[in-house]
Amino acid sequence: MPNPLSPSGRKQRIDDLAATAGASGRSGGSDESGGSGGLAVDEVTVEDAGRVEESAGVSLIVSAWRRLRRNPVFLLGLTITALFVLMAVFAPLVAPHDPAAGLLLDKVRPQSNPVPGPEPGFPLGADPVGRDYLSRLIVGSRQTLVVGVCATIFGLLGGLTLGVLSGAFSGWVDSLVMRVVDVMLSIPSLLLAVSIAALAQSPSQWTLIIAIATVQVPVFARLLRGSMLAQRSTDHVLAARALGVKRSAIVFRHMLPNSLGPVIVQATLVVASSIIDAAGLSFLGLGNPDDRQPEWGQMLGQAQDHIYDNPALAVWPALCIIVVALGFTLMGESLREALDPKTRR
Amino acid sequence: MKLTRKTTAVVSVATLALTLSACAQSDRGTSADKSSAGGSDTKDTITFGAAGAPELFDPFYATDGETFRVTRQMMEGLVGIKPGTAEIQPELATSWEASADGKEWTFKLRDGVKFWDGTPFNAEAVCYNMERMFDQNEVAQGGPAGYWADVMGAFKSDAKDALYQGCSAKDDMTAVIKISRPTSKFPTALSLDSFSMQSPKALKAGDANNVTKQGEGFGYPAYSKNPVATGPYKLEKYDEANKTVTLVRNEDYWGEKAKTKKLVFKIIPDESTRRQELEAGSIDGYDLPNPADWKGLKDSGNNVLVRPAFNILYMGLNPAKNPKLKDLKVRQALYYALNRDQLVKTQLPEGATVATQFMPDTVSGYNKSLKPYAYDPEKAKALLKEAGAEGMTLQFAYPSEVSRPYMPNPQKIYEALRSDLEKVGIKVTPVTKPWNGGYLDTVDNGGFDAWLLGWTGDYDSADNFIGTFFANLKENDFHTSATSYGAQLSKDLEAADAIVDEGQRNAAYEKVNQQIMEEDLPGLAISHSPPALVVSKKVQGLVPSPLTAETFSSVTVSK
Amino acid sequence: MLRFILRRLLQMVGVVFVLSLLVFLWLRSLPGGTVSAILGEKATPARRAALEKALGLDQPLYVQYWEFLKRAVKGQFGSSTGVLPGVDAMQLFLQRFPATVELSAFAIIVAIALGIPLGYMAARRRASWFDNTSVVGSLIGVAVPVFFLAFMLKYFFAIKLHWLPVSGRQDPSLDATRVTGFFVLDGLLTREWDSAWDAVKHLILPALALATIPFAVIFRITRASVLEVLDEDYVRTAESKGLTSRVIRGRHVLRNALLPVVTTIGLQTGGLLVGAVLTERVFSWGGLGEAVAIGFERRDYAVLQVCILMAAITFVVINLLVDIAYAVIDPRVRTR
Repeated sequence: MPNPLSPSGRKQRIDDLAATAGASGRSGGSDESGGSGGLAVDEVTVEDAGRVEESAGVSLIVSAWRRLRRNPVFLLGLTITALFVLMAVFAPLVAPHDPAAGLLLDKVRPQSNPVPGPEPGFPLGADPVGRDYLSRLIVGSRQTLVVGVCATIFGLLGGLTLGVLSGAFSGWVDSLVMRVVDVMLSIPSLLLAVSIAALAQSPSQWTLIIAIATVQVPVFARLLRGSMLAQRSTDHVLAARALGVKRSAIVFRHMLPNSLGPVIVQATLVVASSIIDAAGLSFLGLGNPDDRQPEWGQMLGQAQDHIYDNPALAVWPALCIIVVALGFTLMGESLREALDPKTRR
Repeated sequence: MKLTRKTTAVVSVATLALTLSACAQSDRGTSADKSSAGGSDTKDTITFGAAGAPELFDPFYATDGETFRVTRQMMEGLVGIKPGTAEIQPELATSWEASADGKEWTFKLRDGVKFWDGTPFNAEAVCYNMERMFDQNEVAQGGPAGYWADVMGAFKSDAKDALYQGCSAKDDMTAVIKISRPTSKFPTALSLDSFSMQSPKALKAGDANNVTKQGEGFGYPAYSKNPVATGPYKLEKYDEANKTVTLVRNEDYWGEKAKTKKLVFKIIPDESTRRQELEAGSIDGYDLPNPADWKGLKDSGNNVLVRPAFNILYMGLNPAKNPKLKDLKVRQALYYALNRDQLVKTQLPEGATVATQFMPDTVSGYNKSLKPYAYDPEKAKALLKEAGAEGMTLQFAYPSEVSRPYMPNPQKIYEALRSDLEKVGIKVTPVTKPWNGGYLDTVDNGGFDAWLLGWTGDYDSADNFIGTFFANLKENDFHTSATSYGAQLSKDLEAADAIVDEGQRNAAYEKVNQQIMEEDLPGLAISHSPPALVVSKKVQGLVPSPLTAETFSSVTVSK
Repeated sequence: MLRFILRRLLQMVGVVFVLSLLVFLWLRSLPGGTVSAILGEKATPARRAALEKALGLDQPLYVQYWEFLKRAVKGQFGSSTGVLPGVDAMQLFLQRFPATVELSAFAIIVAIALGIPLGYMAARRRASWFDNTSVVGSLIGVAVPVFFLAFMLKYFFAIKLHWLPVSGRQDPSLDATRVTGFFVLDGLLTREWDSAWDAVKHLILPALALATIPFAVIFRITRASVLEVLDEDYVRTAESKGLTSRVIRGRHVLRNALLPVVTTIGLQTGGLLVGAVLTERVFSWGGLGEAVAIGFERRDYAVLQVCILMAAITFVVINLLVDIAYAVIDPRVRTR
């Protein structure tokens, strides 16, 4: 499974992460609700003593940033990610040729020259239908970003809805939502994505995105619920409730914003796994069938026909995927570590 | 206040106590058995990579090539196929002749042939086989007995509608088969693997006709795992866990005995893995190498055996869905717009040809005088203008998740055709569906304006190609019932099929082909692509067959 | 305790029932279907109708589901139509199950053998170059698409170097004897050493490919948990008492740090069982993952129904066992 959060280990890690959210909105409070976080409260209290509630979170972020600035792993991840996004945004300007035009098609001969090699103006050669491979790689970054980001956003929105429902209301709504989430988590993510992608009447890029997003919904939902539960019994929420603030206002103004930290960290990691999952689905033939707009996972999937004689066709998009996925993962993991009070030493 | 909440987790590992019989003994053959056979410089085993598992070993209930590849080595029919061609030749019958009305066929049988179980092959056995095939239960009729349904039309329960009308033993070595009407299918269709002759004794003992419905699938009787026939190889073992089928030489074969003692089919569903296995030397050959691999395979010293093409790729058109397609000019314009020369040269395997009609030149009835519609975008634009269809939209579909011999990579072929159509100003709406995931269903239901599909012939008969496409007026993918010519075309095809004399019949089919291409043009015939097999350079004696009906009994593998 | 187990068992039946309905409905809402997959180009409306009737697919859905339930209760799941046509789907599952278990077990062993020592060492040398490299290294492992890694392994070790076989589970020419369906075990039991060794050689590459993700997870958890334990008071106390580092390591750090790791391993193993679709596909490994992938392509309802349901049941049973174990150890769980 090309998913760093492998199927069942996920639950535990999600809960660990959720616990860190409890920490960010809390100052020296008790830890009855905080899940499994082994919070070193003494340090927090020293650092945050006397501060008001809201600024505690800020200080965590500020101190996290201070540590991140000096973290080579984070900086590497950030650089890769930034370069990738820049490339995606300016792709059509950078690409030397139209990625959909079969410029070298007449050089393709299945018997003698199935994949045109490099030549002046075409440094990486062409694909089996004569399209400039470098341009496809460059422009491919855009679709790859679209798939990664859209899948993450949809997954986040779905997870947000479920998580808020579940975290805001306790009782049967909570248990129903969580049972659904548990069932979804127990299915290996790729299998779930394949099942969803296959339901589409006519496969396209969007079915791919929706399939991958669906896989992420339970992850986000569980994460949000965990951190919102942690929020529910914090002092400021109790205070708000005591003041008679409406439930919706408490949920959206107080609980939700304070729970978003780990969700954002998770989102960074999900972008990476979405890109990898897209490649897996393409390999199984469930990717976007229209390849006029290239995407790396799709290019890698299509290259499997030629992997033996022209491994370069597979290696280029694979390298791109690996580097970008690594960039997002490095960034996400160091963020996670920085925001985790356990490791703030 | 120090909080140390430690999760103490203990996982009990459930130990699965495997109660094994204390005497788990090796039951494989002795080593002497392994090294005895084979000449001095040839191996005693051929290992061939198959793409899928055989369904069962009774070919009568099979419809797929993977099963037939295995059963073909073990079984023979009355009529055989001449190696390397699509023509028929004597096999278990040494000769045959038809009565003047073409309804009664007399087969002289080969002397001295025995089934593996020692029972003799004679006219009685032939008629037992024919009657057994005819007499199928309801479940088998619906699916597994597909080739009989195709060729003979009906079963014993609707005996009147069936082409097959009975079999009798004139004497011990002469069998007579009666059919309801003269047809070009006879006796060619008897060369189909499904109609192989099997031992009546074994068929009876194994309750061979007892096909049952098991849930959403079919359950097959015991016989289907232990077939008894006459061929040069016998089934030794089907190891489902290791996905291999092992055949062993029939030492009592009536003809020339198989040259290699064992024939192993290793099932490797993944295409590139088959290639790697070949390169690694663990298999000696495999079927249908991806055309993209041909060059690399040859470069590393393997022999790519290209079969003569016996298929057709076409672009179907549905005038019932898009009324603009009712105009012949529009259909011709589409045809002129396609740069099929470039397609064949750049995207299809070596030996592929531009189609001039809906059948390949290996089929009798092929019209040699027809010329392909040449690539002429200007003419296409002019025709579109004449028809008032400039800038028309065309919903054009192709299948995903599939590769067929006539269409190795649908997406690439589609992309080429699509851009050709766009060049003459047609607005193409691309649609795709997975092959098994709605594509075929939608074609049948007439849900596309235009689509890619094709056909691989079962046997040498024009009826098997153009008859399949256009003869059934009510139900065909091209919706010829919505056109002015459809009814006539259907009648002409039926008339041609019923001509007894071969020469006259072929002439009639040639005429129909011309009419289809020049006046009717129900769809656009695109190309014929030869499928191939690949074997390592150590393999000798494998003759590629257009019908993919290769036999391995003549094959040797040098050490 | 008994009531707890009973309640959980009842819940399990409920879950499996709901799941069976979901799987059933999902399969039938897929576009296309078995009929197209069987008939291919030969599909005509008449042939379609005949085949649908023969397979009972022309019945209303609730009738089909009722029939399915009636058979499933008796353990009859019908015949495969696409993966191994004509073979009973349950039998097919039982045949494929050992293959997948064997592969998963090897993969998990590889992941443990690499993950725990590396994780421990990385934690001991926190923020050193060793720590940073191995963290980044484990993340690279996660970032590589599994099938690409599998291709690369195959390309170098099987094709270029000829060290290991390309695919499959065993060389058919060995004609090995089958006892349990676990090929390595079979070889050992029957003393066919060459067969066992050959099966091990076939296992290495797919197991390596499959092990990357669990390795990364185990490595991370080990590292994090060792870090946590290292900072616990009792370790500090032990250090200040002047105990030798070996004693501290063995008695205090590792033992305590490994508990969450063990839990993770348990969960990872469960996920591997059906998660090997890509790896099995690339290595043509005759396991459940491959069966599901092919079954899916050819719309093989019977096989998909059995494989998914049995996988779910296995998963639920493992969870149940773990929960029972927890309940035995920690009585508080029972009241939750």
